[in-house]
Amino acid sequence: MSVKKTLVVIGNGMVGQNFLETLVTSSAYADYQVVTFCEEPRVAYDRVHLSEFFSGKSADDLSLVESGFFDKNNITLHLGDRALRIDRDNKQVVSQKGEKIAYDKVVIASGSYPFVPPMPGHDREGCLVYRTIEDLEAITKAAKNAKTGAVVGGGLLGLEAAKALTDLGLDTHVVEFAPRLMAVQLDEGGAAMLRSKIEALGVTIHTSKNTQKIVDGEHARHKMCFADGEELETDLILFSAGIRPRDDIAQESFLEIGQRGGIVIDNQCLTSDPDIYAIGECALWNNQIFGLVAPGYQMARTVVAQLEEKEAAFLGADMSTKLKLMGVDVASIGDAHAKTQGALIYTYQDGSSEIYKRIVVSADKKNLLGAVLVGDSSGYGTLLQYCLNGIELPENPDALILPSRSDESVGLGPDALPASAQICSCHDVSKGQVCEAITAGYQDIGALKSETKAATGCGGCTALLKSVLDCELDKLGFEVNTDICEHFPHTRQDLYNLVMVDEIKTFDELLTSHGRGRGCEVCRQAVGSILASYWNEYVLEKQHLGVQDTNDVYLANMQKDGTYSIVPRVTGGEISPDMLIALGEVGKKYGLYTKITGGQRIDLFGAQINQLPAIWDELIVAGFESGHAYGKSLRTVKSCVGSTWCRFGIDDSVSLAIELENRYKGLRAPHKIKMAVSGCTRECAEAQGKDIGVIATEHGWNLYVCGNGGMKPRHADLFATNLDKETLIKYIDRVLIFYVRTADRLQRTSVWMENMEGGLDYLKSVVIDDRLNICTQLEQQMDYVIETYQCEWKTTLESPEHLKRFRHFVNSDQLDEGVVFVEERGQVRPANEQEREQLVTFRPMEDA
Amino acid sequence: MTQWIDVCSFDDLEPNSGVCALVNNQQVAIFYFPNEDKIFAIGNYDPIGKANVLSRGMVGDIKGEPVVASPLYKQHFSLRSGQCLEQDDQVPCYSVRLYDGRVQLAEPT
Ligand SMILES: Cc1cc2nc3c(=O)[nH]c(=O)nc-3n(C[C@H](O)[C@H](O)[C@H](O)COP(=O)(O)OP(=O)(O)OC[C@H]3O[C@@H](n4cnc5c(N)ncnc54)[C@H](O)[C@@H]3O)c2cc1C
Ligand code: SF4
Ligand code: FES
Repeated sequence: MSVKKTLVVIGNGMVGQNFLETLVTSSAYADYQVVTFCEEPRVAYDRVHLSEFFSGKSADDLSLVESGFFDKNNITLHLGDRALRIDRDNKQVVSQKGEKIAYDKVVIASGSYPFVPPMPGHDREGCLVYRTIEDLEAITKAAKNAKTGAVVGGGLLGLEAAKALTDLGLDTHVVEFAPRLMAVQLDEGGAAMLRSKIEALGVTIHTSKNTQKIVDGEHARHKMCFADGEELETDLILFSAGIRPRDDIAQESFLEIGQRGGIVIDNQCLTSDPDIYAIGECALWNNQIFGLVAPGYQMARTVVAQLEEKEAAFLGADMSTKLKLMGVDVASIGDAHAKTQGALIYTYQDGSSEIYKRIVVSADKKNLLGAVLVGDSSGYGTLLQYCLNGIELPENPDALILPSRSDESVGLGPDALPASAQICSCHDVSKGQVCEAITAGYQDIGALKSETKAATGCGGCTALLKSVLDCELDKLGFEVNTDICEHFPHTRQDLYNLVMVDEIKTFDELLTSHGRGRGCEVCRQAVGSILASYWNEYVLEKQHLGVQDTNDVYLANMQKDGTYSIVPRVTGGEISPDMLIALGEVGKKYGLYTKITGGQRIDLFGAQINQLPAIWDELIVAGFESGHAYGKSLRTVKSCVGSTWCRFGIDDSVSLAIELENRYKGLRAPHKIKMAVSGCTRECAEAQGKDIGVIATEHGWNLYVCGNGGMKPRHADLFATNLDKETLIKYIDRVLIFYVRTADRLQRTSVWMENMEGGLDYLKSVVIDDRLNICTQLEQQMDYVIETYQCEWKTTLESPEHLKRFRHFVNSDQLDEGVVFVEERGQVRPANEQEREQLVTFRPMEDA
Repeated sequence: MTQWIDVCSFDDLEPNSGVCALVNNQQVAIFYFPNEDKIFAIGNYDPIGKANVLSRGMVGDIKGEPVVASPLYKQHFSLRSGQCLEQDDQVPCYSVRLYDGRVQLAEPT
């Protein structure tokens, strides 16, 4: 047996962890015993999405390390321990806690640290930086006693930090040394557009400001004094003035360092010592530091390949970026500043919708060299492909940025891309690799993602990946079968359109005209839901009975033993003591198990079919109505207590929640819909985990869409900000009906959004800009649903004909003997199998 | 000769849906397909979900075989044999007829 060599990885940040993950799936893994030092108190987390910490993500949510990763792969982790130096003579890594690890190879992935200009006062209390989770905790704490906050640095990170400060409720300022924002990525025009958009969000921007010192303030904790004599008072200061490579360990170990810092590496990512590599933000290649994850991941792959004794080289990386800063789309590609000789520039500016686009084209107009996009970065994917793959430009390159006046798309079809084209830059996946995986059978987007890793980093390439998939499947002659089931050669969306266009009102009509056979629970459920969404008729009418699913068919939620639970509506979670007492009395009288639901309502369990009408009779007399908990429909609008009581409340979340719930109650949809309203950004109602979430701001309401808790949590997308109530409701109406119309069967809004081509931007263009010219229709349909609302239980109780069904046996008034309860913690619950056997054998059998 | 047991009135049946009847102390699920004028009867007990619920499932067919899908976990049971299509489970199956406006079940032999 060969003895394993030892590999020490210094730093467990984004790149260090990516290196480990790549290594353990490589053939080199067998040859090395791996030890890693992680200076931070926690293992690698997603710094790229660090700001989401402020919108509710926890440190755990941000973690990049699967639980058990180190154990499973037999990697020794020294958590909270810093590697001090590499004793190259004795081939040992020495740590702060006194570890001495003999090594064969070392990989340094120590990242970088925020640069704080050494001005007087820079180290005062409340002067912070933005890089680690501990930094964010410190910022949150400092913000508690602060009214104003200033960010020093108007680059990409600075603006992200500014967003965090506004989220924390601070009056926010950005102080930039250069005459414009994001000077590295944007030209003057783009930066000006960005500035006006950010200022519109209430952030004050100061450019060409050189901070000379920070002293005690008069009205606030600090005063910043600028070279031009002006001053700014603020309670909190965040430095975001660039990053510096963490090369301390290399210095201690006498490795070559660049003039302005950074561990010098060659094309193989080797430092000046042939057994030591450096990767990520600490590494200096060709006098360049790469402050993005993708190049770091590329370096990690390069090193792993060498450990496998394969040839590989790191030859620089594309620094194009696309991101959303304070809700504003910003993208920068290649030579954005037109530094190339003879470069031609085209710009397009749409003052009204605040869009700025600029492309930089080679002198012969054949190639795209760079681009800047502000306000609308939907063209990023296409432009990037032109730029990276040297694809020849169309005759009039400006067509790429001018709004298309016809339906003709100027986008690059995936067919135009060469096999070498990079689809995913985070994980360096080429079109060729994607096509290979598709041919090998990974033919839906989920399978393709887990097979190739494409679109599992920043997610920016998802749309492109999907279009490559569709195009390839088409070429392979696959007819993607999207039929809902064997009875209808149609998708749910087709069926919806057929119902609309042919004005079909029953399942039988649809089956006769467009389907075959008797139907099944799949198409029946889908069509039942479509008919209910569109016509909103009473669901228990004879002609609709056969398309009602398990719960709808008795207007209650079937539980494991065949009994039902009952959830009356409690709008916005607001309930009076009298109503609570009434609920309690019903629960007591019928021996029901009661539990509070996650949607701020009360669920009463253990009712048999025969009991449902009597129970509902009492509930309706007490003032309750159906909660539609049994339907794929609007469930609840959860709310926090809001400004009426809460010390921090900005607006009245309860009233809005009640209004929304009353508006949308009864709306049937492809799946259930949950909403929430919070009275301020502290977000106690957890609106960002709901299909529709609303959060009060100083200037109105922020609308979030397509979030989800449950099995596959998804953070909702910020859809629009600072809306007045009327606009807010208009947008929600449109989003919901568009969802009802276009989603697949049993597809929650979160998955609907994930699968939507064009994603959030597309949805916005439909709902806000009315790109499909259907908004009036969408609103009319919602109005119709609202007008035709009925409490289905009230309707049922009024009709002896319908009530007749509510008994367990058609020919007897007995209850179901199979239902057996035992007591637990003072309430009933279904007996388990053992208990049931004991109890039932002792019960005398009755004759029929 | 088959003995027929009177169960309920034809009007008690629900079109494209099921009802449950108590026959000789057994729970029987009875389904009615109006388009082809057919009635089927199988046991009401779902052996997979272990509850008396099959009459409350949705009906239809799988490749022509008339079925009910359990309302609990959606396995299909053939209405002609009681056989579960997804796994090795079977529920009782009964002959049923319409006689003078009444639904009748054949006494199991
Ligand atoms: C707020 C924010 C937003 C960002 N947004 C983006 C974005 O949108 N897109 C993008 O591409 N990039 C973005 N970045 C940059 C990205 O996070 C970095 O490029 C990436 O984290 C670099 O990875 P790394 O492993 O080189 O460094 P790091 O992630 O910093 O990891 C280095 C780790 O090594 C540890 N360490 C250092 N020295 C030692 C030692 N001697 N012993 C033990 N441990 C040590 C450090 O404590 C640290 O934990 C963002 C960064 C921030 C802060
Ligand atoms: S979200 Fe609501 S309850 Fe929470 S702090 Fe804000 S207003 Fe108060
Ligand atoms: S480019 Fe980031 S996930 Fe593909």
